[in-house]
Amino acid sequence: MDVQERIRNQVTANPVVLYMKGTPQFPQCGFSGAAVQILKACGVNDYVAVDVLADPEIREGIKSYANWPTIPQLYIKGELVGGADIMREMYQSGELQKMLPAAQG
Amino acid sequence: MLSAEAVKSYIMQGLPCDYVAVRGEDGQHFEAVIVSPQFSGKNMVQQHQLVYQALGERMREEIHALSMRTFTPEDWAKTGNEMTQER
Repeated sequence: MDVQERIRNQVTANPVVLYMKGTPQFPQCGFSGAAVQILKACGVNDYVAVDVLADPEIREGIKSYANWPTIPQLYIKGELVGGADIMREMYQSGELQKMLPAAQG
Repeated sequence: MLSAEAVKSYIMQGLPCDYVAVRGEDGQHFEAVIVSPQFSGKNMVQQHQLVYQALGERMREEIHALSMRTFTPEDWAKTGNEMTQER
């Protein structure tokens, strides 16, 4: 299975997937840490976090997967929702909270 | 070292913009506010993708992080003015 297919499987098999640097417990980048905090603030505990630092193939592959060159990246139901900036804006406007419980249900 | 001014000119070369402001002094992390008519009718992901596209390979190599807020000229007329007044 090539890396693009692996990513497609990850984001479609799991309702909420966060590609990040480090782990939710130990984020290795401020932007990834912010993404984790935003999910937490939305009350989402049940999501899949993929540490791209632990998988160089995913780290490169995720950039071309959705034509998005930066990490973190949040996927809900297989769709790219955005990086840390978009997550913050959508959290502040209340849009993200609306998308998340729906994705989990 | 990459300057905020250089990042600004790269964005402007790749994307027709009404307004671009870039901040960032460490050469790797930048913050940008971008207003472009090309953003009309697009969601935030698509708007950011346009900016990433304008920066191309530089985004993979030179720039570690680009934090951005994107606006259509219409949205900018509404919210952008308030934002600049705050600063």
